[in-house]
Amino acid sequence: MEKFTAFESSVALLPTDNIDTDQIIPARFLKTISKAGLGDQLFFDWRYNADGSPKADFPLNQEPAKSAQVLLAGDNFGCGSSREHAPWALTQFGFRAVISTSFADIFKGNSLKNSLLPIQVTRDVHAKLFSALQANPQAKVSVDLASQTLTLPDGSKAQFPVDAFSKTCMLEGVDELGFLLKHEAEIAAYEAANPAGLDTLSVAL
Amino acid sequence: MPRTIIQKLWDSHVVSEPAGAPALLYIDLHLVHEVTSPQAFQGLRDRGLKVRRPDKTFGTCDHSTPTAPRDLPIIDPIAKAQVEQFEKNCRDFGIPHFGYLSNRQGIVHVIGPEYGLTQPGQTVVCGDSHTATHGAFGALAFGIGTSQVEHVLATQTLLQRKSKSFAVHVNGTLKPGVAAKDIILALIAKIGVGGGTECVFEYTGSTIRALTMEERMTVCNMSIEGGARAGLIAPDDVTYQFLNGRPFAPKGAAWDAAVAKWRALPTDAGATYDHEVSIDADALEPMITFGTNPGMGISINGAVPDPASISDSVERETLKKALVYMGLEPGKPLTGRPVDVVFIGSCTNSRMSDLRAAAGVLKGRKVNPKVRVMVVPGSQQIKREAEAEGLDKVFREAGAEWREAGCSMCIAMNGDQLTPGQYSVSTSNRNFEGRQGKGGRTFLASPLTAAASAISGTVTDPRTLVG
Ligand code: SF4
Repeated sequence: MEKFTAFESSVALLPTDNIDTDQIIPARFLKTISKAGLGDQLFFDWRYNADGSPKADFPLNQEPAKSAQVLLAGDNFGCGSSREHAPWALTQFGFRAVISTSFADIFKGNSLKNSLLPIQVTRDVHAKLFSALQANPQAKVSVDLASQTLTLPDGSKAQFPVDAFSKTCMLEGVDELGFLLKHEAEIAAYEAANPAGLDTLSVAL
Repeated sequence: MPRTIIQKLWDSHVVSEPAGAPALLYIDLHLVHEVTSPQAFQGLRDRGLKVRRPDKTFGTCDHSTPTAPRDLPIIDPIAKAQVEQFEKNCRDFGIPHFGYLSNRQGIVHVIGPEYGLTQPGQTVVCGDSHTATHGAFGALAFGIGTSQVEHVLATQTLLQRKSKSFAVHVNGTLKPGVAAKDIILALIAKIGVGGGTECVFEYTGSTIRALTMEERMTVCNMSIEGGARAGLIAPDDVTYQFLNGRPFAPKGAAWDAAVAKWRALPTDAGATYDHEVSIDADALEPMITFGTNPGMGISINGAVPDPASISDSVERETLKKALVYMGLEPGKPLTGRPVDVVFIGSCTNSRMSDLRAAAGVLKGRKVNPKVRVMVVPGSQQIKREAEAEGLDKVFREAGAEWREAGCSMCIAMNGDQLTPGQYSVSTSNRNFEGRQGKGGRTFLASPLTAAASAISGTVTDPRTLVG
């Protein structure tokens, strides 16, 4: 994983509540066995017409949203399935942060493992940023994970919560598996103390 | 201190609590399927890692798997490659699994309970958000992403923060024509699709106690649609009776010891929850969704809500957008609206009792010739049982399709799908835009409502057909 550094960016706007992972990346694209190409399929059914041409009025098809690194979405972003293809598609498209008033649990966890920062803000901050962007679609925000600060176009700052462990992993660019593997002795001790339990190899099916 | 079952399950699975990090939680059963695992196996190969405990792992293919007769090859080359890669991964890493041609293959959340893999007191994970289904057995069962699939394959543990507890009390007696599905649809309509975020539901109360295991699975299955990570029901004699004798259930003295242990799982008197909500089962009616998320539900004769009545602007626009997508007008009920497809299946409602309920409505009747009706059993085992009971005949004689097991039109990855603009009444769990095929429009309901709608060709209150 790359280290997550502070950045400034324009913002893509999708002011819909409960945007689910089936919209972020439709299920028919999940037949892949790799991670490649998912950015092209991001929001596919919202982004393209039936003939494959881009929908002119869809925000991600217009500049500056098209090259924005931040997405502003409605409440409960990322609900639905557990597919990690959702953050893979968002990051491959170029997003590094999503701002919403809340995030679905699994999506949030998946994002933090893929250097995509879920920025949870209050309804007031959300509304303020929304109107600022409506007034000026070119307006920019700054994201600083180290200080957990989002700077709005008018210069005002909003703090956002991040789990301390995930924050360290993102800032240092380390992944959780490496951390888990270091606990082998404790895992083995737990198994020794809890020997009973299911054995999926015990019955020949 | 009195503890909830949620707390007990957590306490008994914490391996370690490293400073400054989430806890390491031990996983007793890891289920894998073809869609969310390939990149995880690739990750293991890239790092030169093994699967730490193949004996706590089990696989089946279901999502991309066609439900056409199995003597036909998989036509879609991408789906075929995925299924083949899945089988190869399981073989290479020594994981027991049901492949495409296994006569026991089925939806991952159906086969776990069917073979007794799912047991009370376990932690169960799968790269699939409906893993909550297994909570019906008093297990802490939740969906994970592909990175976490890799974590569990490599270490049998996950980094987890403890969830909040959310008691869902359901009391009273369900009226005829009202099903377990209606309980969960009513809960989600009440609390919204984000209502249970960061929580684990515990379903309690007299209605829940009176449910069969299959009905309990239907309720727990859709916990994620209420935003919760997991949903569970404390085990009781109904649970033990269901489990006893299944292939992977403990046997003999080990069974008695296990049951004794499981009896200590239910929430202690006096334990408290972070959140609570109550549902009055006596007042429940059949439910149906009208919109593009499962929280947009109403009782079957209720009116579609009016965006004009909503003050919050984003919420109002969200509802408006949903109604445009669904082609619906506010203020009117759904009953009487024509439907094109009826889908009976998915990990929510594809078990024997679901098929029996649908067959009970369809027996001696014909489906409306304008409607395509697909009945997709949850597993090959259920298919055999249903055929032994003659249910396949009932479906076929009524004019419905009787197919092989899989996820099918719940997720529309395998070729079973709606065409743009079509309406379905579906017993599955998600009505998101395009979930059942690009441009398709889904009304979620119980098997009874689905079967009744198949006959009339319109959204129908099942109570007009069943006593
Ligand atoms: S039936 Fe539907 S919800 Fe269930 S596991 Fe399959 S795709 Fe997921």
